[in-house]
Amino acid sequence: MVISIASGKGGTGKTLVATSLALALSGKSKVQLLDCDVEEPNAHIFLHSTINQSQPVFLPIPKVDETKCTYCGKCAEVCAYNAIAVVKEKVLIFPELCHGCGACSYLCPESAITEEGKEIGIVERGNSGNIDFIQGKLNIGEIAAPHLIKKVKRYIEPTSEVIIDVSPGTSCPVVEAVKDSDFCLLVTEPTPFGLNDLSLAVEVTRKLGIPCGVVINRDEAGDEKVERYCHEQDIPILLKIPLDREIAELYSKGIPLIEGIPAWRNSFLELFQEIQQNVSASQVAK
Amino acid sequence: MKEIVVLSGKGGTGKTSIVASFAALAQSKVLADCDVDAADLYLLLQPQVQEEKEFWSGQVAFIDKEKCIECEICQDICRFGAIENYVVDPISCEGCSFCYQVCPVDAITMRESMVGHWFISDTSYGALVHARLGIAEENSGKLVALVRQNAKLIAEKQNLDYIISDGPPGIGCPVISSLSGASLALLVTEPTLSGIHDLERVIAVCRHFGIPTLVCINKYDINEENTHQIENYCYKEGIEVAAKIPFDNVVTEAIVHGLPVVEYSEGKLTQEIRSLWQYIACALE
Ligand code: SF4
Ligand code: SF4
Repeated sequence: MVISIASGKGGTGKTLVATSLALALSGKSKVQLLDCDVEEPNAHIFLHSTINQSQPVFLPIPKVDETKCTYCGKCAEVCAYNAIAVVKEKVLIFPELCHGCGACSYLCPESAITEEGKEIGIVERGNSGNIDFIQGKLNIGEIAAPHLIKKVKRYIEPTSEVIIDVSPGTSCPVVEAVKDSDFCLLVTEPTPFGLNDLSLAVEVTRKLGIPCGVVINRDEAGDEKVERYCHEQDIPILLKIPLDREIAELYSKGIPLIEGIPAWRNSFLELFQEIQQNVSASQVAK
Repeated sequence: MKEIVVLSGKGGTGKTSIVASFAALAQSKVLADCDVDAADLYLLLQPQVQEEKEFWSGQVAFIDKEKCIECEICQDICRFGAIENYVVDPISCEGCSFCYQVCPVDAITMRESMVGHWFISDTSYGALVHARLGIAEENSGKLVALVRQNAKLIAEKQNLDYIISDGPPGIGCPVISSLSGASLALLVTEPTLSGIHDLERVIAVCRHFGIPTLVCINKYDINEENTHQIENYCYKEGIEVAAKIPFDNVVTEAIVHGLPVVEYSEGKLTQEIRSLWQYIACALE
């Protein structure tokens, strides 16, 4: 089963939930944790994983052979991102705008364009105890997060329990990370910010047709509106984590919740069972 | 006119509460919410929308079943895996037009889509430019650029001193778009190991684009050892720590009441945010 852990709003405790859930399950089944928050990957801080494989990820960027080029301008015409421009006797390439779609090299009538990989980040794989850990790290100044996320997801093994830590927000990197999961767990906090961003995240999961459930973190710090919203929308609240100084301290030191306070292990195992039930119920419904 | 972008790398460090407080403290400013996928600033500033505009961007390919001869060329060349059984999945399509260019029978058209809205609003603290990106849409970078552009126009027209913008989390495309050419980046972090790790990455982005940077440590008393570590790190990097703000649940209470925290309470925290704003104003002179 693939469970993605998202939130809309940042800083609600996604990584806390992802790491504790992975650790709770790792005693019983094969577990993979994929950190797809490639702009700011943090799960490794909690898992103290040893990395034993590191793979650079490249985006194919056009390269023009000026000896073949006739400056016809076809490449600039077909590029949807204005990443290539032809001025008198010169072709200018703007790699930071290129999405690597390959149209220019394929359509160049003189076959003057080849592609050259530009490194946009790395995918690292290692382990933390029994957990197979994979993370993507986007290079500074790069924008192609979805491309990198795809590469991280290639490591998914269908026989494992797969947990995906997703970046905050609702746009393309989130969609790429959440897409094709069996269930999406949305971590929120009981404030108007949490509610606003939760409702957006719920819409993402609906658009993708993925069943979802909610974890409320820092319960009782704010108001009741998140709970009310979940009831109205018929979204199950699967776990509540209280606002608690000890939990905040553990987090600040990079200690997973179920290691700092082992009594939480059972709550995470129950959380997993509830997710399983929700997934089978939604499959029946389909 | 100076533009201040408040960023954090990691989400949830208190960026938006600080921006809303600056809105209440600064004179002569326009506000911009550049966190277009999960915009929260409006919840604290209670804007009255004056102008609402559509954001059209991002083309999506569409295959005309009638014309398609099922040659599969488009499916083979699409690098984003967006075409299956002669149907384009609009969520995966990156709008590159490659398929449109190669289809031998012109069965494919590229369609513009409306992917969001942006607004110019009045608040009791001045004008606010904000936006809402459609769910699961791309091009948040372009929408951020549009929000900034319009905030700048307002600042120029009204001869305002500051543009204060609430930036997106992360270090990717919308962050880069919110940052380039700004006068100052204020990085709000928290003393957690995740916060420190993310701060280092966002500092690297600011440096990459040559933006002067200040750091604010929020909830500094949650872990004073980590706070020290951040201070040392900043010192080594030659970046000033402009404020250390204590943890106080009054921030959450203010959010629940829909107010900037400096308007809600007069405590220690409010004083710290006031002096942070003074610090920034001086740094920009
Ligand atoms: S426009 Fe590009 S991404 Fe979209 S379906 Fe065609 S080839 Fe694929
Ligand atoms: S390239 Fe054109 S004709 Fe061929 S499968 Fe695609 S849409 Fe159909």
